[in-house]
Amino acid sequence: MSRLAFRDLCVWFGEGEGRVDAVKHATFEVPSGASFGLVGESGSGKSTILRALMGLAPNWSGEMVVGERRLGAKRDRAFYKEVQMVFQDPYASLHPRHSVDQVLSEVLKLHGFSDIDRRVNALLADVGLGPGYRFRYPHQLSGGQRQRVAIARALAPEPSVLLLDEPTSALDVSVQAEVLNLLTDLREEHGLTYLMVSHDLAVIAHMCEATAVMQNGEIVEMLSVEDMRAMRAGHPYTRHLLESASGYNPNAEQMA
Amino acid sequence: MSEKPLLDIEDLTVTFPTRQGDFQAVRGVSFTLGRERLGIVGESGSGKSMTGRAILRLIRPPGRVEAGKLALGGTDLLKLSEREMQKIRGQRISMVMQDPKFSLNPVMRIGDQIMEIYRFHTGAGKRAAYEKAIEMLEAVSIRDPERVMRAYPHEMSGGMGQRIMIAMMMVTEPDILIADEPTSALDVSVQTQVLSIMDRLVRERGMGLIFISHDLNLVASFCDRVLIMYAGKIVEVCDADRLHEARHPYTRGLLGSLPRLDEPRRHLEVLKRDPAWLDAPSVSGRQ
Repeated sequence: MSRLAFRDLCVWFGEGEGRVDAVKHATFEVPSGASFGLVGESGSGKSTILRALMGLAPNWSGEMVVGERRLGAKRDRAFYKEVQMVFQDPYASLHPRHSVDQVLSEVLKLHGFSDIDRRVNALLADVGLGPGYRFRYPHQLSGGQRQRVAIARALAPEPSVLLLDEPTSALDVSVQAEVLNLLTDLREEHGLTYLMVSHDLAVIAHMCEATAVMQNGEIVEMLSVEDMRAMRAGHPYTRHLLESASGYNPNAEQMA
Repeated sequence: MSEKPLLDIEDLTVTFPTRQGDFQAVRGVSFTLGRERLGIVGESGSGKSMTGRAILRLIRPPGRVEAGKLALGGTDLLKLSEREMQKIRGQRISMVMQDPKFSLNPVMRIGDQIMEIYRFHTGAGKRAAYEKAIEMLEAVSIRDPERVMRAYPHEMSGGMGQRIMIAMMMVTEPDILIADEPTSALDVSVQTQVLSIMDRLVRERGMGLIFISHDLNLVASFCDRVLIMYAGKIVEVCDADRLHEARHPYTRGLLGSLPRLDEPRRHLEVLKRDPAWLDAPSVSGRQ
């Protein structure tokens, strides 16, 4: 059964002459428990798909289905209990004057949990932070620790789907490895479904079983992880992406 | 290398006073730069950008730059006055920063910005400067240079902006180009173009390039020689094409933490930092 389904999704900004079509007729499904990637350059519409699903992009047409439910214009609390998002920049996505405790207990309260004290500690343990981090403020945390807090916040309502918008691109590679390992483990422990946006194909190949490649708002190709590893790509843009994943290639310029 | 190096640095330190005492961002770094592409890699906070800035003496007080030697050819950069340093910056050594959005003047036409630099350093007339600017924009593969000359920075995409920055930095034909994460803000397709332009300029003009980056794969494939920095020191120096045979546990750890297309694994290696790395002396990158 598919957990997420997008059929003929179009998202646009502005009206009339100023209209920009950010996503054009995107169709794909993410099976339950799977991890699915969206790659492409900036402006290709990959993050916009996540934002449309979260209800952060009001102008869209087509169909978005979570589980059995077709989404309308509004999202209710039950939706946010099921689907949560982790943003790119942990420096920007945490309130600078809220402690970790405040951040996590607020979400727990909103979702109607009562044993908040126990749950805050459990969430911190889940993301590999000890209870010692509970009363810290974001400026007392490193980038990797902040992203762990952001992941803990997303896990708080016990969602079944996590949307990951470039969760490690603001982090150093050694910290990226820790956060990706954490995400791998959490997916197993909690049976989560991931929809992950990244510009880095190596990260996508590491985390996802399949990916859609986007360019100018359109899905130009679907790849399985085996295709990525074997560097099998039909579209020239995908081939270029695969090649750049292994560094600079002086002969690649003609491809672009 | 028998040729005299373009840049010779010995025991460079950059110090910032803080309430908890002095903090050394760069701790005793030595290296030379010839007509080559020298990569400096490290994580955030390793001191790689500070090293680049210190060469141009762009560290503002109360920060201090000290060195046993900081020589550009026969000139001791530490002895120059601020006014003399102005002549070095842009003319002998240029620097391209990470994000063109923050390096170009937003309220000045691109052409005027390029011409200003050229005229400041050469004293050339307007017409000569205009022609030179057009020539440089063509050299960085900008198709419609006349239009770009009249445009403002916000009308340009990121890749165009970075090419314009490179054109601007190369217009004075410097001996050394310091590029600090020049392609990190760019998409991969544009990244390749910008790199090949820099590569060509370095080859054709025989410049020395210091390429500062956090991207190991990129440095390994683009540069000739690589310095790996950790906590303000150089922990290892190696030929770029042999970076994957690096021996220092920090370099090995960084390489192991990268996800690889050709080597699937369930968990990525996690870097374990050894406190002994902090106290080990900096490795010399002098040739």
